[in-house]
Parts: sequence; C-alpha cells; structure tokens
Amino acid sequence: MARFDSLADSVGHTPLIGLPKLSPSPNVRLWAKMEDRNPTGSVKDRAALSMIEAAERDGTLKPGATILEPTSGNTGISLAMISKVRGYKLICVMPENTSAERRQLLEMWGAKIISSPAAGGSNEAVRVAKELIAKNPDWVFLYQYGNQANADAHYESTGPEILEDLPTVTHFIAGLGTTGTLMGAGRYLREHKPGISIVAAEPRYGELVYGLRNIDEGFVPELYDASVITRRFSVGAEDSVKRVRELLDVEGIFAGISTGAILHAAIAIGKECVAAGVDADIAFILCDAGWKYLSTGVYHDDIDTAQERLDGQLWA
Amino acid sequence: MSNSGNPTVEVRIPTILRPYTGGAKLVSAQGSTLRDVIANLDANHTGLAERLLDGGALRRFINLYVNDEDVRFIGGLDLALKDGDSITILPAVAGGC
Repeated sequence: MARFDSLADSVGHTPLIGLPKLSPSPNVRLWAKMEDRNPTGSVKDRAALSMIEAAERDGTLKPGATILEPTSGNTGISLAMISKVRGYKLICVMPENTSAERRQLLEMWGAKIISSPAAGGSNEAVRVAKELIAKNPDWVFLYQYGNQANADAHYESTGPEILEDLPTVTHFIAGLGTTGTLMGAGRYLREHKPGISIVAAEPRYGELVYGLRNIDEGFVPELYDASVITRRFSVGAEDSVKRVRELLDVEGIFAGISTGAILHAAIAIGKECVAAGVDADIAFILCDAGWKYLSTGVYHDDIDTAQERLDGQLWA
Repeated sequence: MSNSGNPTVEVRIPTILRPYTGGAKLVSAQGSTLRDVIANLDANHTGLAERLLDGGALRRFINLYVNDEDVRFIGGLDLALKDGDSITILPAVAGGC
C-alpha cells in the first residue's frame, strides 16, 4: 500500500535490503531492515505511534494534553511529529550529551527540551522525568522503557514484516536501549520461527555515561525479559564507527552510528555461521540514517578523532 | 604472575568500582571460571566481590562481559575462561533513544 490518510499512518512496512558484498558467504546472508524509511527517519516511529494510540484508546491521552518523555533523541522526534499531527504538546527530557541535530529536529517539530546532566546519560533523563511527572500529574507519561505498547509495536509490525519478507530468517539482531524492538519482534519471531536466534547489540559508551554515584542507581528497563534473548553483545564506539563506514563504503548505505554496533554483531554471528558450516539469513535493524550524526564527524574524520569525539556522547 | 596453571585474564573496572582497585582501570586476575576470577579479584581488592555478587549470583545492576559478550547468556559465573580473555564489568544503565 502506498497511499495513507496522514503522515502518522505511513509508519512501518519498511524494505528489507540485502547486503551482497558484506555478507560473509553466499549461504550466510545479511539483511538490513531499513527503519530510516519511517516518516521521521527512525525505528522509533513505530513505538511512538503505538504508545500514543494505546494512550488514546485507554483515555489517558486527551486532546490538547502535554506529553513528557525522557529521550536521547529519536523517540522524542517521533513523538513530536505525531503530537503535531494529533494536537498534543511535547516536553522531552534529554541528556546534554546528544548530537546537535537531534535538538534542532525536536525544536523544529515543536517540542520543548529540558536538559538533564551528561553524567549518567539516559539514567539521569529517566530520573529527571520521573521527578517532573510527580510534580505535574496532569502531564501524560508514556515512558518508553516500561510501556508495553512500545514492545507491542514490534510484535505487531516489525516481527511479522521480517518473517513475511524473509521466511528463512535464522537470526534477528537489534540494538538494546529500551529493549522494545528486541522484546516485541523477538517474541513474535520465536513464536513463529522455532530455533531462531534473537541477538542484542548493546552500545558501550564512554565512561561518563556509566558515571553513577551508586550501583543501586543502575537501571534495567521494565520491558526487558532476558528469556527472549539468545545472546547479547557489547559494542564500543570504535567498532561501531568502523562498521558504519564499511556499510557506506561497501554497500552504499548511509546509516546512523548505532547501526554500526548492530552490524558489528551481525557480522560476528555471520562469521561464526560460516565457520560452523551452517547456512544463515541474518536480519538486523538499521535504526536510522546518518544525517543526524554529521556534526560528530564520524563519517569523515580519522577514526581515532571520530571515536574520541563520541567518547562522552550518547551516540546510539 | 602465574597461579598453578590458571588462565590469566584482564578485567576492566568501571569508574564506580575503582576505589577498590586503587583507581586502576585495568587489573589482571587468575581463575579457570568467572567465579574463580571474582574470588581472585577480591583477594587482591578486598570488598570487590560483594559489589558484584549478591548471594553468589551476579547483582541485578551489574553486567559482566567476556570478550564483549554478556556472560548471562553463555554460562554465567561458571563460564570457563582461557588465557588472555578480556572481562568488562559495567553497571547497567538506561540505553539511548
């Protein structure tokens, strides 16, 4: 279907694109789920639309309401677009250490930004948002880390789309942030494709982001259920930047940095399959395109400079 | 330092636990499993094990990676180690987006 009643209605149904040159062998193939093709350019459009529609259905979200959300960018941008279409106000709590483009985009779509301290990363954004919502009980807190509608979006759309386009899928690989993509699509694929591996690629940031005052301030999203996942990898900035450049150089695909982390895990899994002599169809999430990260220099600076610049940033 | 043939591994310590290692970011330790390595770490950096384990299991907000893979999915504390393995300890924090 290529005709939609409004922009928000056009979320999802993204193409699955093969990577013929980066695939480790003709029988071990990599496939990118092109989530940059969503209306605001990221996978988060799915979760944002699903959370807003669930809150509209259950009456939490009424016309003209104010939504508050902790976000490092993409979820906020998605919520801002849908809020504009549907007439809500949006306030985003955003860590200081995120790219300039994400702030500009949020403001363009009419969101207000409240900054949270860089140290502690998204942990701090979540903490500040929870404090604000306690003081402003009339605001609507969709809270992507604990909102079942986030995972449901992927159970109902991302998972079925991948299986429909790639019935031979053996591995599904996505980033681990709110965990919504992995939980939702992972559950769907496990139920419909027994034996599939669900693999998490978790960005490993610089030390600033792990700067908790106390271990007890750690955070595991309420949505996270480890039983959905088969393996979980931690991928640092250097490997992520190398892979995102490789994707551009070899396949001509311009992706954001978090996709580099996911591709790194996908290639590692693919090489294991080749070594084990098994065929594989490995589908991974391409979260967004690279436009929002141009100011970080990761696509053209030398690799050490690029990596250093990401050190204190929430790059995924 | 070799320790009766046990593998020697390197362990990356997060900022929040460096008070236990005199500020060191990277320390070496010996042990044939992760559990042994944590015991060995604690012998040299008293109190560290208690920050990592709760009732003999990994604490909820501690993630441990061996060669960048989360150990909870590959054998947990009983995972067998080999010489030169790289262990990373990180607190669980909220991810992006």
